[in-house]
Amino acid sequence: MSWISIFIAGIITYFTRMSMVTLIRKEMISDDLRKILNYVPSVVFPSIIFPGVLLDDFGAFVTINDPKIFGAITALVIGFITRNVILTIVSGLSSYWVVIFIF
Amino acid sequence: MRTKFEIFKIGIKDVAPHLLSVFPFGIIFGAIGIELGFTPLFTYATSIIIFGGASQIVFLQLLSGGASSLIAITSVGVINSRHFLYGAVLSEYLQKLSLIKKLCISYFIVDQGFAVSNQYFKKNPTEEFNHFHLIGSGIILWFIWQVSTIIGIFLGSIVPEELGLKFAIPLTFIAIIVNELRKIDHVLVMIISGLAATFFYNAPFKTYIIISPLIGLLAAIMINKVKK
Repeated sequence: MSWISIFIAGIITYFTRMSMVTLIRKEMISDDLRKILNYVPSVVFPSIIFPGVLLDDFGAFVTINDPKIFGAITALVIGFITRNVILTIVSGLSSYWVVIFIF
Repeated sequence: MRTKFEIFKIGIKDVAPHLLSVFPFGIIFGAIGIELGFTPLFTYATSIIIFGGASQIVFLQLLSGGASSLIAITSVGVINSRHFLYGAVLSEYLQKLSLIKKLCISYFIVDQGFAVSNQYFKKNPTEEFNHFHLIGSGIILWFIWQVSTIIGIFLGSIVPEELGLKFAIPLTFIAIIVNELRKIDHVLVMIISGLAATFFYNAPFKTYIIISPLIGLLAAIMINKVKK
């Protein structure tokens, strides 16, 4: 039973990946639509980032001095300045650990 | 004009920094599967058949918590529905490919690969073998996800939970969006989607993950109307 669910979940997930790639033709994408599609990364990723930082494992707000908030702000600042992926991740994670393990 | 193999390697190189967070996340996932009481084979099967990090965790958590298969499957579908948006963006660049190639490449469309390959496509819209960038970034992400899941399944307990490595996931996505932080309209749209996601977080079936991007896109449409 559970095995069947893995396969169904896999087929559905694959469908979410292939449907638009195979169905959309170039002439369907107007200049206006292209402009809006430009925003896709800017709408999807914050939808994962914000709850990941602001909420705890149970979906409740963390406090303002939570290490995750400190880590996220550090990553944002370092990322904004350097535009370097490794530095962004490492600075975020290490500042998060500094708060957890030292303070 | 770059060759296929050159573009493939650029794809790997561009996504490589993100492996820093994909790798620990895979280990965490493997460990969670075992912790929840699933067999190694069952846990690993989700990595190859579903191949979608967060959705796999939710899937196993729901099943182990006694939820019906229908609920677990629906949640996976909802969480992964963001790929519709990725597919719509990528479709333009994959236009000329045969159906069979499109079907094969589609399996490798994941968050980080989409993000870096889309950036490459925007900068090099006329390269003939562009899609090899997506193949490169996709295959390496796939490979690392498989390996890290297996490591997590067998050695997951060696990673102390206090490290809070789950936090690497929001960080990898922060690293993606910092590129757009210099554009005020994008910043506005990011804040709107992010707050919407926080607000709708407890909506059933994890629907926040698709509701908030759609709210963000609506905001983008309105911002563009005002700009005109």
